[in-house]
Amino acid sequence: MPQFDVSTFPQQLVWLAISFVTLYVLMTKLALPRVGRALEERRQRIDGDLEKAARLKAEAEAVIAAYEKALADARHQAQLTMKETTERLGAEAAERQRQAAAAIAERTSAAERRIAAAKAAAMASLRDVATDVARAATARLIGTDIDAGRAGAAVDRAMQGRR
Amino acid sequence: MAVAETSPLHQFTVESLVPIHVGTFNLSFSNSALFMVIAVALITAFLVLSTRGARLVPTRWQSLAELSYEFVAGMVRENVGHEGRPYFPFVFSIFMFVLFGNLISLIPGSFAFTAHIVVTFALALTVFIAVTLVGFIRHGFHFLSFFVPRGMPALMVPLMVPIEILSYLFRPISLSVRLFANMMAGHTMLLVFAGFILSLGVFGVLPLAIDVALILFEVLVAVLQAYVFAILTCLYFQDAIHLH
Repeated sequence: MPQFDVSTFPQQLVWLAISFVTLYVLMTKLALPRVGRALEERRQRIDGDLEKAARLKAEAEAVIAAYEKALADARHQAQLTMKETTERLGAEAAERQRQAAAAIAERTSAAERRIAAAKAAAMASLRDVATDVARAATARLIGTDIDAGRAGAAVDRAMQGRR
Repeated sequence: MAVAETSPLHQFTVESLVPIHVGTFNLSFSNSALFMVIAVALITAFLVLSTRGARLVPTRWQSLAELSYEFVAGMVRENVGHEGRPYFPFVFSIFMFVLFGNLISLIPGSFAFTAHIVVTFALALTVFIAVTLVGFIRHGFHFLSFFVPRGMPALMVPLMVPIEILSYLFRPISLSVRLFANMMAGHTMLLVFAGFILSLGVFGVLPLAIDVALILFEVLVAVLQAYVFAILTCLYFQDAIHLH
């Protein structure tokens, strides 16, 4: 077997040592750092991207939360404003109604007072007219001119009875 | 110990290509040396060229280079742990050297330097010495406790320690003989059957078919033996670092 030809051992060993040491140095200094760097760069890039994605996701979630909070706040504010306005308008309407009712009552009582005054005036002038009519009629019928005082009294009596 | 040209063992003959003599030593550049240099050149070219302008999304070649790196790195990490990191380039060099040596040798007309016991033994001895040095550097003389299995009755110590030491010393032999025998047997088988192809005429198809099947099998063996060599190296480092 050529494998046991001891005379070839030194050359095989020497060249094995030369090639293996060369290989080891080339791998350590040149090849492995290159491959390792490529892998490391990819790993870092992926980690970086994942980190970035996580950060962006957190940011998006924060924005969504802020938006939802703003929305809830606005809704709350709107409800408050609506409630306030309703209350204010209700109060205003009640106030106006009250004022209107007061004005109407005022005018009603004023009118009533005017009517009462007019009625009193009318009644007073009616007595004068009735007294004059009574005196004129008496003068025509019996030719006696009765004085205004007696006629007035008679009219009063008659009117008392009518009342 | 020359063998006839027609012998299936002739393929293992070391032939000087560039005669170099130093004193009484014959250090000629032989076909064995040539294929070692080719293996080193191919490994380096493969790893360096494929990572030229390394991309984020790797090309096919870059993918292969990264695959081999990650494969060995994973092997070291799983078998030795984090402390194995400094020995990764060594394990990687061993793995690639044996793998490329094995694979290149399957190309007809090439030379199988891993089918030489002196080469595989030198590699195994390098591993053995490296592992032993790591053991002593890390643990000092406490490393010798490796030969006294934990929880062993005191009575068994005189019996067990020599056995442990013997099995430890036997490691480079088993490591080298395994690779050498596998490669040599495969290549011899290939040539034995190849010898029948022409002499059998039409029926030469049969040994040809066997050779086709065998060479596929040999590719498997080539990869597997490189893997076994590397993983045993890892396990030896694991023993030296963690002492069981």
